Amino acid sequence: MPDVHDLVIIGGGPAGLTAAIYAGRANLKPIVIEGFGAGGQLMLTTDVENYPGFPDGIQGPELMQMFRGQAERFGATTIQADVSRVDLSERPFGVWVDDEEYRAKAVIIATGASARWLGLESETRLRGFGVSTCATCDGFFFKDKPMVVVGGGDSAMEEAIYLARMASKVTIVHRRDQFRASAIMADRALANEKVAVRWNAAVEEAVGDGKVEAVRVRDTVTGELEDIPAAAMFVAIGHDPNTSLFVDQLELDEEGYVVTDGTRTSVEGVFACGDVQDVIYRQAITAAASGCMAAMDAERWLEAAEDVHTGGPTALTAKEER
Amino acid sequence: MADNGILEITADNFQATVLENEKPVLVDFWAEWCGPCRMVAPVVEEIAKAHEGALIVGKLDVDAHPEIAQRYNVQGIPFLGLYEHGKLARHAVGAMPRPQLEAALGLNG
Repeated sequence: MPDVHDLVIIGGGPAGLTAAIYAGRANLKPIVIEGFGAGGQLMLTTDVENYPGFPDGIQGPELMQMFRGQAERFGATTIQADVSRVDLSERPFGVWVDDEEYRAKAVIIATGASARWLGLESETRLRGFGVSTCATCDGFFFKDKPMVVVGGGDSAMEEAIYLARMASKVTIVHRRDQFRASAIMADRALANEKVAVRWNAAVEEAVGDGKVEAVRVRDTVTGELEDIPAAAMFVAIGHDPNTSLFVDQLELDEEGYVVTDGTRTSVEGVFACGDVQDVIYRQAITAAASGCMAAMDAERWLEAAEDVHTGGPTALTAKEER
Repeated sequence: MADNGILEITADNFQATVLENEKPVLVDFWAEWCGPCRMVAPVVEEIAKAHEGALIVGKLDVDAHPEIAQRYNVQGIPFLGLYEHGKLARHAVGAMPRPQLEAALGLNG
């Protein structure tokens, strides 16, 4: 068996890296397996305007670079690789990156969430040819053309406002008659003269052969179909938690979120923080805060386990004997 | 060639380096302002290293060469295009881990 670490953190967004800062300062020498999406969703954003301490805003990737630097300063080791599987059924827990095995007394899960797709055949077929979840990446290719943004939350508003700078027109397609976005973001989008809203409309398909030509929507009240001319369709309908690694090993809720009590999961010694367990707030600042909580909880749990250790069999084997 | 084994592809050398190459060429269409492009860049470097000698790997900045992106129908980035004998043989759009990208491009084994 390889060396047993005190703590392995899975995920390198605001939650995982904040956990690493706190765990590093507690001398736990955390291993952070950041995963392929190192930096998390903030790597896909531009201006972050609501993270305290940056009154003029900051670029998402720059903020994450600062988080990482701070974690490394306190002794965290960051690994830019994807965890391929975990074994949480026995302690020390097992975490694998391909064939490389890590063993840890405690694990913090901070794998975050990924953009959700509509799940339409046409969406998959036209992905990269007008269908996208990244306005900042792909708006560029459709300058002076009409575009559609699907969704009603803050991300949809942000994408619509961003795309209005280059589109001839932006239509937000939303299946309800009001947005769930924050007031400031909704007002900003609605005030933009290039932005229109198609309320009560559900996307049926992206229309086009080889490239998007229109977005077909069905009115949720009248049932009527309508084709909205568009060269691009940006999907911003929320996120799904990245928990496929933990199915059948941890308690997950119906939507796949890790079920937590504080930051404790259903497995003793395994903690979760950030968007992977947050069904309500899902902000960079709340992810960071819960990362801090997870590290403090893990530290206390490890300390308690060590106390048992001095009294006889190690905490790690003691549990098996219970 | 940069020391990471990745060529800079431009409007000037696209024809000769990509389309007229005897070896297969993987082109990473990217831009500075594209977050997923930054995410996938290390994966592309790994692939370049792993397939050194058999595969030519290059990067094309779509912001600097929009006409190439348009001519070859690149409308979403990162766009990883595998060109063989002057034609786009396979492609993948969006950032993804190495095993998935290699599978999408048929680069396994």
